[in-house]
Amino acid sequence: MLYPDTVEAEVLVHKPWFVATMFGVVLLVFMAFNLSGTGFAELMRPVIGEPSTSGLYGRFAIGFAIAVIFTLNVVLIGFAPLKLQIGIVWLELLLLFIAFFETFHLSLPFIREKLPFLISQGVVTTLYVSAISIVIASVIAVAGAVAKLSSNGFAYAIASFYTSFFRGLPLLMQVYLIYLGLPQLGFVINAVPAGILALSLCYGAYMTEIFRSGIQSIDRGQWEASRSMGFGFALTMRRIILPQALPVIIPPTGNQFISMLKDSSLVSVIGVWELMFLARTLGQKTFQHMEMLISAAMIYWVLSICLELIQSRIERHYARSKVR
Amino acid sequence: MSVQAIIEAKAVSKWYGQFHALKDINLTVHKGERIVICGPSGSGKSTLIRCFNRLEAHQEGDIVINGIALHGKMNNVAAVRSNVGMVFQHFNLFPHMTVLMNCMAGPMWVKGVSAAEARKTALQFLERVRIPEQANKFPVQLSGGQQQRVAIARSLCMKPDVMLFDEPTSALDPEMVSEVLETMTGLARDGMTMVCVTHEMGFARAVADRVIFMDAGQIVEEGTPDEFFARPRHARTKLFLSQILKH
Repeated sequence: MLYPDTVEAEVLVHKPWFVATMFGVVLLVFMAFNLSGTGFAELMRPVIGEPSTSGLYGRFAIGFAIAVIFTLNVVLIGFAPLKLQIGIVWLELLLLFIAFFETFHLSLPFIREKLPFLISQGVVTTLYVSAISIVIASVIAVAGAVAKLSSNGFAYAIASFYTSFFRGLPLLMQVYLIYLGLPQLGFVINAVPAGILALSLCYGAYMTEIFRSGIQSIDRGQWEASRSMGFGFALTMRRIILPQALPVIIPPTGNQFISMLKDSSLVSVIGVWELMFLARTLGQKTFQHMEMLISAAMIYWVLSICLELIQSRIERHYARSKVR
Repeated sequence: MSVQAIIEAKAVSKWYGQFHALKDINLTVHKGERIVICGPSGSGKSTLIRCFNRLEAHQEGDIVINGIALHGKMNNVAAVRSNVGMVFQHFNLFPHMTVLMNCMAGPMWVKGVSAAEARKTALQFLERVRIPEQANKFPVQLSGGQQQRVAIARSLCMKPDVMLFDEPTSALDPEMVSEVLETMTGLARDGMTMVCVTHEMGFARAVADRVIFMDAGQIVEEGTPDEFFARPRHARTKLFLSQILKH
């Protein structure tokens, strides 16, 4: 949260001009769509009569009712304490999404039937491919960052070529290059190792830059103090610099982890049976694409939320030495 | 010579690019001696003492610490550095470790001392700088003066033969200066060999065996505090003293 001012301004959603503008905009937007065929219009039947013949009056009445509900909702939420506000808004947005998915008329029995396999095969594969790639990428990142900061020409050249190449190519292309290209050199590689290799190399390149900037953010005095006590390079790096760089490195690295989890779906193109692959293939036979895609989407989201929670825990842990 | 020389600098010169930072410096520090180096900013005082543990490289001349010559290709620099304590203007404590761990780290990781032994030594020196009760706090929770005293204790835990002080009180609030100076005076009384870059002339007068005045990368004048303050010989020294003693 930003550093709050001590002077309290009036809550934005209680300012008359804001409330009026919001009301007007919502009214106009919902008048612009013809909602006379919806369930909401059916509910309005006592006021507007037969919805399909209610005309402009019907549209106005429907828009007006929605605008009143919407505005009242926002104004009331404005009175709640902060934590409750956040909770209510989350819940309402979630309900809207569920309502959106409702419109697909998903077949729940079909989802229930396929979900166990989607999880036992798809989620497990996605998780272990991402987890292994994350570990390898982190190791590459530390080595790459040290190389990029070193005064050794070879190390710097190799590291900068590596980051430039793997950041510069689309990940999808790297997956193909490794899976289809390495056999040209005589290394026949299975789909899963190829996918892990591509993900590790690509994310290692991004994370190299994150680690480098984290290491560089540490005050020179820490190096001097370490040296003045006789610490060597490796010791200083491991015990002094990296632990201090971690709080700087963790938020962007958490981002990388989350995006890696989702980018692992790209290895589905080489036939790895992970979440995305199964989501596309399981529904194909009976043309129930949306069931599987939405299930997979929800699973990806839940996994990302877990990673976010882990990230915030770690951030709190490292904030310890900064509190007074 | 009967007393052992701990630091010997002979004809030391140093350049930063074109800038001649140290010019033909000759200085010998004997065991048990307390030296105060003063001079205007940019005169090379800090650079000089940073050369004594090879945080900076000198290009010409010789620096010999306890019989070991410092140069760019040495492979035992850690041995020299762990034997030369250094206290910095901005403390440079390790913020992610407790005060106690700051003091234990050096002996454990460099000298291979056991944790129990390192802990004992650390507590003993924290006692010495009179903040044993802060041992389990983190550096940010301490005042500037306390942090600097921890930094002194951290250096002492390595059992160095000589302590270098690089303007140890310059970054402190005025009322915290004296607690650090008292700690340093106590060290001097116990016979620690010290080289201090400082503008605290009261400290120099009370503690120093020799005061050295530097200007533009050269040692302009050196002498006992009595000579130095009462009868400065060079015009530059007189000007400097008149400037800082005016208030």
